[in-house]
Amino acid sequence: MTDGTLTAAEPREATLSAEAVTVRLGGRSILDEVSFTIGRGEFTGLIGANGAGKTTLLRVILGLQAPTAGRIRLGGPGHARGGIGYVPQKFLLEQDMPLRGRDLVGLGLDGHRLGFALPSRRRAALVEEMLEAVGAGRFADARVGRLSGGEQQRILIAHALISRPRLLLLDEPLANLDLPSAQEVVRVLSRVSREQQIAILISAHEMNPLLPVMDRVVYLAGGRAATGTVEEVVRSEVLTRLYGHHVDVLRVHGRVIVVAGTGQDEHPAAEEAGAGGVEIV
Amino acid sequence: MAGVLHTLVEPGFFSDSAVQLALVVGGVVALVAAAVGVFTVLRGQAFAGDALGHMGAAGGSSAYLIGLAPLWGFVAVALAAAGLMEMVGIQRARGRDLATGIVLGAGLGLAALFLYLDTTHSGTAGATGTILVGSIFTLDPAILPAALALGAIALIIVIALFRPLLLSSISPELAVARGIPVRAVGILYLIAMAVAVALCAVTIGAILSTALLIGPGAAALALTNRPGRAVALAGVIGLAATWLGVLLAYDSYYWPPLHHGWPVSFFVVALVLIAYLGARAGGRRRVGG
Amino acid sequence: MFSAFMVNAWIVATIVAVVGGAVGFFVVLRGSAFVAHAVPNGSFAGAAAAALVGISTLVGLGVFALGGALGIGLLGRRGRPEVATALTLVFMLALGALFLGFTTEYGPEIYSLLFGEVLGVSSAALAPTAGLAAATLAGLALLYRPLLFSSVLPESGRARGVSAFGIELCFLMVVAAATTVTVPVVGTALIFSLMIGPAAGARAFTARPHLALALSMAFALVTVWAAIALSYESGWPVGFFVGAGSAAAYVCGRGWTLARRRV
Repeated sequence: MTDGTLTAAEPREATLSAEAVTVRLGGRSILDEVSFTIGRGEFTGLIGANGAGKTTLLRVILGLQAPTAGRIRLGGPGHARGGIGYVPQKFLLEQDMPLRGRDLVGLGLDGHRLGFALPSRRRAALVEEMLEAVGAGRFADARVGRLSGGEQQRILIAHALISRPRLLLLDEPLANLDLPSAQEVVRVLSRVSREQQIAILISAHEMNPLLPVMDRVVYLAGGRAATGTVEEVVRSEVLTRLYGHHVDVLRVHGRVIVVAGTGQDEHPAAEEAGAGGVEIV
Repeated sequence: MAGVLHTLVEPGFFSDSAVQLALVVGGVVALVAAAVGVFTVLRGQAFAGDALGHMGAAGGSSAYLIGLAPLWGFVAVALAAAGLMEMVGIQRARGRDLATGIVLGAGLGLAALFLYLDTTHSGTAGATGTILVGSIFTLDPAILPAALALGAIALIIVIALFRPLLLSSISPELAVARGIPVRAVGILYLIAMAVAVALCAVTIGAILSTALLIGPGAAALALTNRPGRAVALAGVIGLAATWLGVLLAYDSYYWPPLHHGWPVSFFVVALVLIAYLGARAGGRRRVGG
Repeated sequence: MFSAFMVNAWIVATIVAVVGGAVGFFVVLRGSAFVAHAVPNGSFAGAAAAALVGISTLVGLGVFALGGALGIGLLGRRGRPEVATALTLVFMLALGALFLGFTTEYGPEIYSLLFGEVLGVSSAALAPTAGLAAATLAGLALLYRPLLFSSVLPESGRARGVSAFGIELCFLMVVAAATTVTVPVVGTALIFSLMIGPAAGARAFTARPHLALALSMAFALVTVWAAIALSYESGWPVGFFVGAGSAAAYVCGRGWTLARRRV
């Protein structure tokens, strides 16, 4: 049972269309008939607590996990170019690794092909253009393992974008960043998305940094999804129905705070309010 | 029934004094190695354990050549190597493996040099064999008290530090947050591991000691999530592999090539490997894939 | 030491260094120091078996190196890779001990196999060794991009169709081939240090992958040439000098990194 889609882009033009995606593993229902569409150049937030199924959904979209039922459809007219760009949640870039940001972005272009990359001005120009687009030109020649979390994140975004995907997936990119870095990453993503008409699906357990730029939200709880604009979805009635128990949504000074009621919940919805309790800004 | 027993256990097995000593020392070593080894697996330090074994080989040969029991050579070098690795090493696993490798390379290079100098100066080449694959049937009974004492030290470290060791092995950040001195625990653990490896070196040889150290532990961890149970289970597996290995080696005296006998260490390692593969297959079936 | 009969030794030394340094770049990148230690040590059993059966040592080395590498790859796919590495290594060492036990007349050959030999590759074996080395380097060149990609960002690689497991298997086979080429000169016990010291040292001096690869081969060349020369003069084993030289390369790299951080 799902709240379904409240408003949706025309399926025919959709860059991505998830249709009743269900994943059951080891007797547990991780995703339960999740449906939503993402239109061209739309910025969508996949919001949910840890364990709500966000990573699983991303893996299904990437083709790394087969759904028990339902399917993912990519495309629509005018979407001949590009597949899906991906910025993973976990990556270990060793401090001493001999690799510059520039090299890592180059791998995004042709790293999957055999052999060596022949030096070419066109390739170098493409890489430079992408680095500038994410604001990483300044530190592109430094050792990638020595960069800060936010800088590495931007390099990875350039790495994912250089292959001109139609959709960019980011798995919890903001989780370990401080607020200013997170905001910078969101700004970069939003600008790139608008300029290059690339759809973006970004998973997060804290939606506030994304509020200024999100076109739509896919809100996951217990494997079920509510989708639509932020105004439509992030409301007490909708989330209460989704969670299956009472949930309050407070809006304070432009920030959204979701507070789970007492009762038999393990939902770290309280996470979004900060450690233990409601935070008024 | 008596016939079956007779074919499994060749005559004279239980009355042979060398066998009795082998069973006692081997048993003690197996239990100590199993307890220590569970943590080696949890901490991802299999390479360090292996490196200590190889370095211990160098120490063992040096000791032998100056007339000491190899055990002391193993212990001394293993402890020194552990200390060096701790000094050179970095916290993250990859940096540590690299540092381990470099220390091992330098140590083995020195071992190569010492062996060369000694063979050219004194012509003793046969010692290398026993150092490398152990000499469980030719143990000096005088070694027993020393082995027991060392084993006790290693066990005491592991038992006394059980909970902080467990936490810092699984999640160092959490351990630091709880106020556990992670580095100190790590150093003490390296000492226990060095001692355990040195003991294994006596029974199955320095370069094969890793099998007894991590095999039973890895097998146990594939079968159970509870650390206490894993230690017990590892002890049982290690003990069984060692005793069965002794038995088979004794029996093999009657196998081809006749009157030659296969080395105990071969059987112990093979049995440990079988136990590990079996545990993995069995464990997976239990969880249901 | 530059006489006619040593030409062979210098050619082989160069081949060994280039292969060891090139493979080493990826060994260090992937954090596979233990694997680099395990495969050659395991191949020792193959050489012992070959002597028992009476066939070429090179074949014995190659077969067991490949077998060990595949065993590590398959066993390590699920569960803990380093446990798989350790147990595969130790089992093969135990086999080696068993085979050695069956042959009694083997003293100095064991030593050379373990610790290296200046004239480790006979003239007869030169052609197959060079051929295998060329194949190994060609394989590395072909795999360069996906190997680099998958080693640094395995998840992204998988999303672009580069199977992390497939790459791991290919890499293990390259290590096995490199083992077969290099062990006769450097010895099973110490070849791994040639595959980690020079590469670990090289990466401290540059952040560009191509340069780090080239520098790794250069450091390896210096190490192996020096080892051959010093071993020839002193009679001490080649493996000792390789171990020492590799440690020196590593220390240089670390020293340089620390010095730069203080500046």
